[in-house]
Amino acid sequence: MTQKTLRKGNEALAEGAIRAGARFFAGYPITPQNEVPEFMSAYMADAGGAFVQAESEIAAINMVYGAASTGTRSMTSSSSPGVSLKQEGITYLASADLPCLIVNVMRGGPGLGSIGGAQGDYFQATRGGGNGDYHVIVLAPNSVEELGNFPKLGFELAEKYRMPCMILADGILGQMMESMAFNFDPIDPNKLGKFDWAVDIEKNGRPKRKVFSYKGDNLIADVTERAKRYGLIEKTEARFEERNTEDCDVLLVAYGLSSRACLEAVNHAAEKGLKVGLFRPITLWPFPSKRLLELAGKVKAILAVEQSLGQMVQDVKLAVGDKTPVYLKAYPAGGQPEGEAILQAAQSALSGKTEGLFDLQRHAEGFTYECKRDLSLGVQGDRKGGK
Amino acid sequence: MYQGIRIAGFGGQGVISAGILLAQAGVEDKKNASWLPSYGPEMRGGTANCSVVVTDGEVYTPIVSAPNTVIVMNEPSLPKFEPLLKKGGLLILNSSLINSRPTRTDITTVCVPCNELAQKIGMDRVANLVALGAFIKLTGAVTIDSVCDAMKKVYKRAKPEMLEINRKALQAGYDAVK
Repeated sequence: MTQKTLRKGNEALAEGAIRAGARFFAGYPITPQNEVPEFMSAYMADAGGAFVQAESEIAAINMVYGAASTGTRSMTSSSSPGVSLKQEGITYLASADLPCLIVNVMRGGPGLGSIGGAQGDYFQATRGGGNGDYHVIVLAPNSVEELGNFPKLGFELAEKYRMPCMILADGILGQMMESMAFNFDPIDPNKLGKFDWAVDIEKNGRPKRKVFSYKGDNLIADVTERAKRYGLIEKTEARFEERNTEDCDVLLVAYGLSSRACLEAVNHAAEKGLKVGLFRPITLWPFPSKRLLELAGKVKAILAVEQSLGQMVQDVKLAVGDKTPVYLKAYPAGGQPEGEAILQAAQSALSGKTEGLFDLQRHAEGFTYECKRDLSLGVQGDRKGGK
Repeated sequence: MYQGIRIAGFGGQGVISAGILLAQAGVEDKKNASWLPSYGPEMRGGTANCSVVVTDGEVYTPIVSAPNTVIVMNEPSLPKFEPLLKKGGLLILNSSLINSRPTRTDITTVCVPCNELAQKIGMDRVANLVALGAFIKLTGAVTIDSVCDAMKKVYKRAKPEMLEINRKALQAGYDAVK
């Protein structure tokens, strides 16, 4: 639809959101996503929408709750510690069945962590994150182009299933520049039609509408109804990309930035006489388990690569069970995945010489960590010198 | 062609801008390109650097951990980035400000007096483009014309005479390499 231009990830995402019809943005500054609110502050008003720099992350997500109740395409963005703060609002949005877009440009953690890119928020994003039994749809872009085009997909999925959708990016994707093009024309939200649940001004005697997050006695029925929707989403909305998966011996599984380092490994594998393929989940919830299980039956080993201590690998293991050995190459807290090292790890996984790789099979058979402590000797956190 | 480049120098030497111009020039030449700044709690007066990839194929990760080419504009950047270079890689060294020389023997080093050449043109600030001109001559990854086209896009309000000085700087770097 547009010519390829060199864009920064965060800016492409912000422009993509306005093009997709977002007309309400509330946020609070945090590195490495600051270009998103900066762009919104400059262009949202021109698009006829509202930009609010809120007093806190919690205020921002609750403003999104209010705006989303009116059926307006509403969003917020933040980075890891900020998204943790938003969890209360997100669980209430899920409870009220409100569609909205939440962007997490991940950085290192836990706590304040670092401002470098990381993937440590996988559990938080895919398991709900706040209290209670709920999910948000999680999209994981791996390029500036996808960052620009996923807001449209995100809003559409959120509205179709009446639930929050999260774009899970990371600091590197947000900060990098790359050539990209939007694959859709700007959307005029006034032409999108109205929801039969949205609260608005209606004078023609229409029954009153309310958006509730508190379900009272109806909670069981409410959660059960939502579970049916989740089941449908898991069945129909799983998205993924495959590279060289036909006839490969080792299958890499990675999302976001990690998948790009894996791509380098896949493309250099042939030079070393290795057959390496890549399976990239694009939706992290729903996780594309069905297709992964099919592929697992055809390969000798699976290597999960992620910039965290081993979070996505649990979904990989849940998907493939004992069909194929699953290994993990982990780059925790800001570690930078590299094609060459991933290729070596793939070689190790294939040969069974898995020193340095976390082997989930062995773990299941009682493999213990080296750091197992003898409690009789006291632990690091023991109090000393009390009176 | 897959060129992974690191450009490093003092904050203010234009290493970040040179990287953006290089990536944009790659796009002008219908190649794929990426740019990534080193961002963080950088010390004032410390080193700044960026990663650029220009390729006919696909850009893998934008983090260039083993560059084909390193451009160093100041003394502290040399020991920091020389070890990262791929075997057989290219080191472009700003000999106006760097007295040390690389210790590695498995790389090609080209010394360019960027600041002196820039001063001859009449503007010390364009030393970054002198280095970029040398890079163009040595690698052919992009052309002087494509960098000039890139400049018009990146600096939309630049005066024509400024664009002309920039072109001269690129040409000076290009001609400095024999």
